[in-house]
Amino acid sequence: MTEKKKAGLKELSPIDVYKLLPKINCKECGADNCMAFATRIVNREISVDQCRPLLKKENEKAYAKLKDLLKPAVKEVIVGVGDKTKKLGGKLVMYRHEFTYTNPTAIAIDVTDEMSEQEVVSRVHYTENFSFEYIGNTLRLDMIAVRCVSGDADKFKAAVKKVSETTKLPMILCALNPTIAEAGLMAAPGSRPLLYAATQSNWKDMAELALMYDCPLVASAPNDLKTLVSLAKTLMAYGVIDLVLDPGTFMNEGLADTINNFTMLRRAATKGGEELAGFPLMGVPMVAWLEGAGTFEDVIKWREAYLASMLIVRYADVLVMHSTSGWSLLPTTVLRQNIYTDPRKPVAVAPGLKLFGTPDENSPVLFTSNFALTYYTVASDLESGKLNAYLIVVETEGSAIDSGVAGRKLTAERVADALKASGIEAKVKHRKLVIPGKASRISGEIEELTGWKVQVGPRDSSEIPKYLIEKWQP
Amino acid sequence: MTSLPQDADKKKDDEELRLSKDLLDLLAKFQQIELENFEIDVKELELIFEPGTAGQIMPKIKLPPVAAGGKPTAMLQVPFVPPVETYPNKITEVKLGATRSEGGTRGKSFIIGGETSPPFYSFERATPHRPLVTIDVFDMEVPLSKAVKMHVRDVVGDPAAWAKLAVDKFGADMVTIHLISIDPLLKDAKPADAVKTVEKVLQAVDVPLVIGGCGDAAKDADVFEAICEAFSGERLLISSITRDMDVERCAKFVKKNGHVALAFTPMDLNLARELNRRLYDFLDREDIVMDLTTAALGYGLDYAFTNMERARLGGLMGDVELAHPMSSGTTNAWAAREAWLKMAPEWEPRELRGPLWEVTTALTLLLAGVDLFMMMHPAAVKTLKDVTNYLTSGKKADASKFADWVTVKAKGVGMA
Repeated sequence: MTEKKKAGLKELSPIDVYKLLPKINCKECGADNCMAFATRIVNREISVDQCRPLLKKENEKAYAKLKDLLKPAVKEVIVGVGDKTKKLGGKLVMYRHEFTYTNPTAIAIDVTDEMSEQEVVSRVHYTENFSFEYIGNTLRLDMIAVRCVSGDADKFKAAVKKVSETTKLPMILCALNPTIAEAGLMAAPGSRPLLYAATQSNWKDMAELALMYDCPLVASAPNDLKTLVSLAKTLMAYGVIDLVLDPGTFMNEGLADTINNFTMLRRAATKGGEELAGFPLMGVPMVAWLEGAGTFEDVIKWREAYLASMLIVRYADVLVMHSTSGWSLLPTTVLRQNIYTDPRKPVAVAPGLKLFGTPDENSPVLFTSNFALTYYTVASDLESGKLNAYLIVVETEGSAIDSGVAGRKLTAERVADALKASGIEAKVKHRKLVIPGKASRISGEIEELTGWKVQVGPRDSSEIPKYLIEKWQP
Repeated sequence: MTSLPQDADKKKDDEELRLSKDLLDLLAKFQQIELENFEIDVKELELIFEPGTAGQIMPKIKLPPVAAGGKPTAMLQVPFVPPVETYPNKITEVKLGATRSEGGTRGKSFIIGGETSPPFYSFERATPHRPLVTIDVFDMEVPLSKAVKMHVRDVVGDPAAWAKLAVDKFGADMVTIHLISIDPLLKDAKPADAVKTVEKVLQAVDVPLVIGGCGDAAKDADVFEAICEAFSGERLLISSITRDMDVERCAKFVKKNGHVALAFTPMDLNLARELNRRLYDFLDREDIVMDLTTAALGYGLDYAFTNMERARLGGLMGDVELAHPMSSGTTNAWAAREAWLKMAPEWEPRELRGPLWEVTTALTLLLAGVDLFMMMHPAAVKTLKDVTNYLTSGKKADASKFADWVTVKAKGVGMA
C-alpha cells in the first residue's frame, strides 16, 4: 500500500534484530552468540533461516517480523526453475557504497517466432555458451527473450517450445496479446517464465495468466510512471505479487527521461519506502535496433551496448538485448561485474613470495605490485603459461606498477626490502630479477640497491610467458 | 510493424546516416595502445552523508470499487510523486579558458560544475553546464597506438596540428597538451621549450587548454610556473597539482596568473579533502577542479565510480571540501588489456572493442558526476558528446513515438 513505509537499511541495527531472536546463544548457526548472529544478519552475511530455534512454531511471530524487517526495498523476483533460476532485484540500497548490490543485472538475448529454427537454436546456444573468464569470475548471459513478431499464436507456441527444448535458461515471453501469450505459456508448462507485459489495455487478462501459470509479470507503461505504479497497484490488488516494472527505454532525445525514470523509481523504493516502486526494473537496450533504420549494424550494436551500460549503472535489474557480438557484449558484462562487486572488498593483496608451478633454483624471479587487479592479472598469465616461477608481491599500497612508480609507492627501496624479506636468495642460485616493463624507470636503482642483475620484462603481463621462454636464462 | 535495418550497405543520405558513417569511420582499423598514469589506491573511505528522502511518501488515495471476489475490475489509479529533494550545497562553478574580453586570447571559455542535484536527476533540477571533453595531445612521440595513430598519423610530433585536428575534426571542447618531453628520464626538455610548445598550441586553436605534466613533482612545478607566467590570464587548467609537490608554491603561481588547479589524488577522498584544504590557503574555491583518479573498466572502475559518486553526493550534502567539479583521465580505460589486446575471434574486432571500452568507462563516470573528460579515441569522444547533449538538452521522450520492440522484425539480423 502506498502509505506503508519501510525502515531504511541504515536504520536497522543489530539490536533490532537481536530483540526478535531466541537469545539462548545455542551457537547452532555457527555464531558465538545471538548478538553476533544479529550482526551478521544486519550485514547480510547470513540468512535468518540459519537460526533453527527461530523456525519453531512458538517463534512464528518473531520470525515473520524479522522477515518483514529484513525485506529488501526492491522485491526479489525469481524467474525460471531449477539450476538456472534467475533472481531479479532484491536490492537493499540505492547506491553501491551503502551496501553490496545483490543479483547482478540479468541479460536476456532475444529470439523471435519468425526466425528460422536454426537461427533460434544458434542464438540460444550463443547465449548459453557465452563465457568469459575475468579475474576469477565467469561472465555469462542469463536469459532468452522470445518475442512474438508474427502475431500468430501457433508460431509463437512453436518458438517457445523450441527454446524450452534447447535450453534451461529462464525465458521472457514477449507478447502483448493475451491469447498469444497464453499459447506461449502452454508451450513451456511449469517453466516460470517472465511474462511481458501487462499494459493499460490488457492488464486484466495478463494478470489472470500470471496467476493461472504462476509466473512473474512485467508491468509496462512507456515514460508514464503514474500509469506504471497504478498498474503495479492494480496487479497487486489482483493478487499478482511478483512484478517487474518497465518504464520504457528510449534512445537519443528520450535518454534523459529514461535515466530519470529508472532513477526516480529506485529512489522512491529505496529512500522513500514506496512499495509500488519496489520491484525489479526492466531495460530494453534493443530499442537501439528500432531507431537505427539505415544505419550500419556495428553502429547499432555500439549504441545498444552503451545504452545497456548506462542502464546497468542506473538500476536496471534485467535487460533485453539483440546483439550477439562479443566485442559489444564484453564491456557490458565486465561493467556489470564491476558494479556488482562488493565495495567492502580490499583492492590490495598481501605482499610476499608466491610460487607458480614447481619452481627450482634456476627458475625466474619476477615482481609485481600488491594492487589486487595487477596481481591477479599477472598470476593468471603465469598460470595460463604453465610457468615455473617465483613472484614477489611488493607492498605498493594498492598502486598499480606505472602509477606506483610515478607516485613513489613502488620504489627501488621497497623492491629491495621485499626481495630480502622473501627469502628468495636461499631458494635460487642465480641473482637475476625480471621487473615489469612499466617499472623500467627504476631499473638502475634496483640493481644498485639489491646487487641483483635486472632484466626489464614486458610492459603487459600477457607477454610474460613468451618473454621467459625466449629471454630467461639463469 | 517496424523493420530492423537489414542491409548494412544500404545508403540513405539523411543526417542519421551521416552521423553513423562518421562514427563508423572513426571506429575503423584500430590497433594497440598503451597508456601511462593508471593509478589506483583505495583505502578506507570516511563515511559521508547521503541524501535520503525522509518523509517522501506517496499521498493517500481512495481506492476505486473492487469486485466481489476482491479483484479490481478497473485499473486503480495512484499518483506518482517524483521523489524530489533539495541539497544544502551547490557544486562550485569553475571557469576554464578566458576570451579576450576576459583577459585571455581564447575564442570561447567554459563553465563546469554548478550542480545542485546528483548527476542528471533532471526530475529535480536541470544540469547547469554540459560536461566537456578535452582530447589528449602529446608533445613528442609516445608509445601511442597504431590505432589512434591512424587518425593522428600526420600530426604526431606536431602538437599544434594535432590540437587543431582534435578540435576541428574530432569535436574536442578543449585540448590537453601533455608535456611528456620534460620528463628528466626522457628528453628532459627545458621549461622554456614547454612554453614554446604551449604557445604554438594556443595559436593553433582557440579553445581552452589543459596543461599536462610528466609526473615528476619538481620538474612539473618548474614547467608549470614558467607556463603560468608566460600565459597569464588564460585560465589554463594545470594538470595536475599533487600532494608531493610544493603545493604552496604551485598554488601561488596558479593564483597570481589567473589559472585553475587540477588537484589530483589517488582515489582517496580524505586525501582529496586534505589537498583541497592546503590549496584553499592560496586559491579560491572557484580555482580548483578535482581529479579523484580514473581506473579502467574491468580494472578498478567500480572503485573510481563509487569514489566519485560519494564525492559528488558528499559535496551536495554540504561537504564543501568535495564540492568541486570533477575531471576524469578517461584515457586510462586503455590500460585495460581487453581494450587493445588481440583476443580470440569471438571478441574481435578490437578496433570496435577498444573505443567501446573507453566510452563505457566514460559513461559510467558521467553518471557518477564527472564534469570534464580527458579522452583519446574520436569515436568514444563523439558518443560521449552525443550522450551529454541528449542528457542536458531538456528534450523529452515521446511516448507516442515509442515503437513496439516486441513485434519488430529481426529478419536478416543474425549472428555476429
